[in-house]
Amino acid sequence: MLMTSQVSFLINKKHEKNDEKTLKMKIENLSVYYRNFRAIEMVNLPIYAQSITAIIGPSGCGKSTLLRALNRMNDLVPGARTEGQVFLDGMPIYVPNVDVVEIRRRIGMVFQRPNPFPKSIYDNVAYGPRLLGIHSRAKLDEIVERSLLAAALWDEVNDKLDQSGLSLSGGQQQRLCIARAIAIQPEVILMDEPASALDPIATLKIEELMGALKKAYTIVIVTHNMQQAARVSDYTAMMMLSDQAERSGTVIEFGETEQIFLNPKDKRTEDYVTGRFG
Amino acid sequence: MIQTTPIRQQRRKLINLIMLGFCMLATLLVIAPLIWIIAYVIQQGLPAINWSFFTQLPTPVGVPGGGIANALVGSAMTVGLGLLFAIPIGTLAGFYAATHPDNGLGVALRFSADVISGVPSIVMGIFAYTIIVLPQRHFSAFSGGVVLAFIMLPTLTRTTEEMIRMVPKSLREGSLALGAAEWKTSLSIILPAAFNGILTGVMLAIARAAGEAAPMLFTAFGNPFLNLDYRQPVATLPHTIFVYAIAPYEDWHAKAWATALVLISLVLLLNIFARLITWWRVRHIGTYH
Repeated sequence: MLMTSQVSFLINKKHEKNDEKTLKMKIENLSVYYRNFRAIEMVNLPIYAQSITAIIGPSGCGKSTLLRALNRMNDLVPGARTEGQVFLDGMPIYVPNVDVVEIRRRIGMVFQRPNPFPKSIYDNVAYGPRLLGIHSRAKLDEIVERSLLAAALWDEVNDKLDQSGLSLSGGQQQRLCIARAIAIQPEVILMDEPASALDPIATLKIEELMGALKKAYTIVIVTHNMQQAARVSDYTAMMMLSDQAERSGTVIEFGETEQIFLNPKDKRTEDYVTGRFG
Repeated sequence: MIQTTPIRQQRRKLINLIMLGFCMLATLLVIAPLIWIIAYVIQQGLPAINWSFFTQLPTPVGVPGGGIANALVGSAMTVGLGLLFAIPIGTLAGFYAATHPDNGLGVALRFSADVISGVPSIVMGIFAYTIIVLPQRHFSAFSGGVVLAFIMLPTLTRTTEEMIRMVPKSLREGSLALGAAEWKTSLSIILPAAFNGILTGVMLAIARAAGEAAPMLFTAFGNPFLNLDYRQPVATLPHTIFVYAIAPYEDWHAKAWATALVLISLVLLLNIFARLITWWRVRHIGTYH
């Protein structure tokens, strides 16, 4: 049984959806190991441009690992190893001579807990552009304003840009982190449960923001909250631990969000999205 | 529910009261000597303090007046030189140990920092005498700075290491995810985030080094004249206290107390100054701790 509110969200969304599918990223036979432990196994997944792809599934099934594989953040974990390939605009990112810094500039990330730098609001947003060598005050002012406007935070902070980013509320901090990510105009934004540490009102703001951002960016979001996935995403990937002895996570079903929630093909997906799964 | 008897309840309350009393007594026993020492130093030292005590050089025995300008300058020089050597080395080493916790070099650093902090400072003084003063054939502010650097290094490396470890991992990831290089992340994000804690470590190190008399006997040596040359011997505050205190003149004893009061006050002022910086930074930059 699906809740009626969930269904109405899905029906409303159908009209605004972009019917053209352009492949932005492609995940091919991807497995990630932490030392001897295989966290995710043989994941195949398309990521379509200018749309929101949600990754859902129970705790510990490798959702964050999969997300962090997309901008090679797993490289930072000692003992992490990756097999398979991820393509960005057809270019493989797991090849020896790829510039990881360049990959991370094209694929931005927003984390589970807001992590503004202990700097002023202005300097938080200007950090990325400065890394790219932009130091003109006028240019930075323009980028900071544009990014904060796009992150729906400008009206709340434009009179206190010199205050610490940590003086903001949790929801504002997370939007500051989104502004920081889009300041360098990445092509893809990865979001790892961006609203899980926030209250419902702040969550709603982040969700509205995502809807606006997808016009310009490709978004991949990991979420525990199925209503959130149903509300915001165009595509949904369902992950689950395999039933084999060595339990690693994998994508068991992928499709348009309506299909996953209204007409799941896999019994396990159906059990999970209808809340029957423990 | 298991019932307790009224007698057991009373006994429990009584024991609680007695133990609490012991804890308070122990606390007072710790605080009392501190207050006593400070009060005594103020009482003994304050009468000899006036403006010329800070601006004049020592006078010969029997000649009234005179001050500790030479020791103030000398202490500033030796501690300053010590910081100049110890801060870059200590923070970089602490940074390395914090970011490479399982690395053999990090383990060795932690071990040697613990050992060095246990070595008596007079031994450090003899060491600096052997490796610097003897080859150069004269005492100097420079050799004093080196020995103070050795004394400050363990505190600096350990606090830097602890403070950098306390910086949330998510900050580093946030910076790297924006395409920042590892060195840029360390320099622009991690070190500033740990700054307040590192500053506290620097203050502790200064407080310790500024009060060291024993190693100064072998290095800075003391100097009754004002000297600004780092290659020449200088007087220092703790060494001056030592010299005045063991002399048989009443007048010099008063000066020893006054110098002690100046030393304590300077360390206190420096700490207040550091607190102000920390407070300002927390207000304007924010903190994760």
